Amino acid sequence: MDKYDVTLTVNGRTSTVSVEARKLLVDVLREDLGLPGTHIGCEHGVCGTCTVLRDGASIRSCTTFAVQVDGSEIRTVEGLADGATLHPLQDEFWDKQGLQCGYCTPGMLMRACEIIEQNPDVTPEQVREGIASNLCRCTGYQFIAEAVCSAAARMKADADAPRGARA
Amino acid sequence: MTTTDRPAAPPVRTHKQDRTWVGKSIRRVEDPKFLRGRGGYIGDMTVTGMLYAAVLRSPHAHARITGIDIAEALASPGVHDVITGARAAELCDPLPDFGPDPTKHTWRCLAVDKVRYVGEGVAVVVAESRYLAEDALALIDVEYEPLPALVDPERALADSATLVHDALGSNCAYERTFDFGDVEKDFAEADVIVTDRLRWRRSGGQPLETVGAVADFDHATGRLTVHTNSLSFTSYLFMVAGTMKIAANKLDVRPVPAGGSFGSKLFATKPAVIAGMCSREVGRPVQYLEDRVDNISNCDHHGSDRVYDVRLALMRDGTLRGIDIDTIEDYGAYIQFGVGHHGNALAQVVGPYAMTSVRYRVRAALTNKNQQGAYRGFGSEVNNWMLEQIVDKAARELGVDPVDIRRRNFIREFPHFIPTGNVYDSGDYDGVLDKALELSNYKHWRAEQAKAREEGRCIGIGLITAQERSVFSATEFWFWFDEPAAPVTSMPESVTLKVDATGAITATLYSCAFWGNSPETMVAQLVAEEFDCDPHDVSIVYQGSGNGLPATGPGGSRTTVMLAGAVEGATAKIKAKALRAAAHLLEADPDDLEWADGGFQVKGVPEQRKTLAEIAVMLHLFKHSFPDDMESGLEDSTVFDHPYTTMPSADRKDLGVFYPFMGHACHVPVVEVDVETGAVSFLAYAAVHDCGTLVNPRSLAGHIVGGTAQGIGTALFEEFVYDEEDGQLLTSSYLDYLIPTAMEVPELAIGHHETPSPYTLHGIKGGGEGGRMMAPAAINVAVNDALAHLGVRVTELPITPDRLRAAIRAAGAAREAR
Repeated sequence: MDKYDVTLTVNGRTSTVSVEARKLLVDVLREDLGLPGTHIGCEHGVCGTCTVLRDGASIRSCTTFAVQVDGSEIRTVEGLADGATLHPLQDEFWDKQGLQCGYCTPGMLMRACEIIEQNPDVTPEQVREGIASNLCRCTGYQFIAEAVCSAAARMKADADAPRGARA
Repeated sequence: MTTTDRPAAPPVRTHKQDRTWVGKSIRRVEDPKFLRGRGGYIGDMTVTGMLYAAVLRSPHAHARITGIDIAEALASPGVHDVITGARAAELCDPLPDFGPDPTKHTWRCLAVDKVRYVGEGVAVVVAESRYLAEDALALIDVEYEPLPALVDPERALADSATLVHDALGSNCAYERTFDFGDVEKDFAEADVIVTDRLRWRRSGGQPLETVGAVADFDHATGRLTVHTNSLSFTSYLFMVAGTMKIAANKLDVRPVPAGGSFGSKLFATKPAVIAGMCSREVGRPVQYLEDRVDNISNCDHHGSDRVYDVRLALMRDGTLRGIDIDTIEDYGAYIQFGVGHHGNALAQVVGPYAMTSVRYRVRAALTNKNQQGAYRGFGSEVNNWMLEQIVDKAARELGVDPVDIRRRNFIREFPHFIPTGNVYDSGDYDGVLDKALELSNYKHWRAEQAKAREEGRCIGIGLITAQERSVFSATEFWFWFDEPAAPVTSMPESVTLKVDATGAITATLYSCAFWGNSPETMVAQLVAEEFDCDPHDVSIVYQGSGNGLPATGPGGSRTTVMLAGAVEGATAKIKAKALRAAAHLLEADPDDLEWADGGFQVKGVPEQRKTLAEIAVMLHLFKHSFPDDMESGLEDSTVFDHPYTTMPSADRKDLGVFYPFMGHACHVPVVEVDVETGAVSFLAYAAVHDCGTLVNPRSLAGHIVGGTAQGIGTALFEEFVYDEEDGQLLTSSYLDYLIPTAMEVPELAIGHHETPSPYTLHGIKGGGEGGRMMAPAAINVAVNDALAHLGVRVTELPITPDRLRAAIRAAGAAREAR
């Protein structure tokens, strides 16, 4: 089967892979780029487990061919933490127990990232509605919603703080 | 069995009151790797040379396989092998089956001459990628001769012309009736007998991660290593080895974190056997990982699917006397766990109510559906639903307040033996109810309900009080047979604790894979409590079945209590050795020393002490400083067996103690029903649980909310629907099988009540099955409460808009006809 060169900038690093046209983005991330943090759930684009950000907007990487996003900037869960320092969303998910089995967590974190980036003043109601794109089978969403709200507040306080005062 | 000849209970314990770590909602020690996308799930695992397996599934519910042509598939690019069911039957024996007469409903990893449900595996392809394996699946040509499909369990029982298993000669795999207490007397003396017919349809755990295995058979040594996200039941390893026809000491099953289970990865032997079989045939490591359709149609873990005919005997004042339960269960095409989940129901069959007799009849129907396995609650959540529906109906018929009828019948003296013989160790049902009435703002909502009714709106309040049994004993699978094939297993769980030369502690867990529960956090907190260290400094590792100690793994809300018992035992051994070492180093009498703040010290003289690290370094590196009979090192293990099991009586009038640590909860959802559309929405939801002493309250709250979300799915949305005519599975993706989102699950008000068990470390009870034990019952009661004035009572789950509208229309027609 013919292969095509696909160039992706994933978490700031640009790579070119040669893949079949039918190869899904999630499989390219996991198999070709060594980033297994993006998981596969329903394989129909329903559950949101495979959510990644493409040029800042969430997509379902299990129903997207890699060739469709040639040249894009992709962000995955592996790009959230800064070395030993967790992203505020990761830290708040940990603090509020916004995860149990952890399987939906990467997709949920990326969706939450998008929600907060689009609206730093997001309300609890908007968070609920926003994360309804992604299924979680463990938590019943309550502690996820709490974590996203407190991360949003932290990120806003951080952004509003005078330069040099940022944590 | 009479009270006097009951075996003695375990000794009643005194619980430590000033706990440091047990009871704190610390951040879970498991989480950092998952937050970073480094969970190490089975799909993340790659082994050099690994190939990929994909299974061809039956498109028919019931058909004979008359021919199968794999030539084209074998020639497809990248394909290493194609194994048909017939060849698989030569390579492997049938899968482990606890059901009655397993030889009459033989279960294999691939179907041989007949398929019995849509999705059953027919052949497996091994190829260089999953893509190439699926390409080849499309090239396998199977000839089927379709047979009539059995879909309805009652019709299947009546049908002798069409059989799911010819060898069985019937579609009834098992039937038995138990009588506990004097049923005839209770029904004869009752003022009122309330009857009900109820239907609970099948849903399932549906974790977002499917089941999978990576198997690596080494022909040089004859050794098979299987990594799997199912349980590596050390105790039952030999059964997988038996299926594979290899020696048990040549099989090592290694646990991998699971992306959720909710029961549905319990004992998932089929994927491990398929991967193992393929690896042995091709001589390379093989991954078999179900896709979503595999999992929905072929996971062997659909949940309960029951028809109930129930009679409840009670007095006019609301005093409950006895219950007569007649249930037909649709097991699907196989019956791997027998009717064990009815045993589960019998552990708490009378709920929190002081009834004196129970009749329980179960008939196990076989149909052309995927077989049942486990789903959070394992059948006792269905019993909770059935019991609360009929109690609620009785209250309504007698004009007794729903709170009063429950309070009137509460058990208040403990330990209490229910008619089946199981014990409730402790409880405070009034305390839980009081807390729930307050937390739910019950009076306020009753007033709102009355106001809404005047406006023509239908608000309902679903108060239920129900049990959450914990720490199962295997008798629930066993007492169904008068002459069981083997004695009852004690379901052990083991922990090894090692204090290294620096005083740092590592706990080894056996076969207790992480499933989204918190075994590592539980053990870390329990170890920290014993050794006065920070739980985040305790290192937790898992050991596979090879070299493993006996272990059973999660199930029946047992993990925390069983691990606690093992931690306590291993701690005692380590502290005994450390005490002796400290006494030697301090030149003191051991009796003069006490454990305090992470070390041993002379009583009353805190400056004369040795910390655990000081003791450990000496024991590890400086053995010559100690007496000859002391060995180097500071490590010990405990195998902890089920702490409270008693044997059933020979006549099965008493089933003994098999689920002793009894939790309890009260749920109060407030719903509004839109009678025009049949939609149900939540206005409020309060839940109070009592699972004894809490180890990590936030983590238990997570089980309460998460379980309630699943219960909402069971009550309103989720169903594996099989076409009534041809047995096609109509809900084979998440477009049709509807899992609740954040918009369907309301914010819960959560209350904890703590009634310590007298028999366990710290008084802990299990709570892992959480809100799913209660929510279906509570939501059904709430919907009925909203519509009672219209003459509507819903008796079937899930309450889809279609079903609800049909019930409303039927009641309207009935009203008009009057």
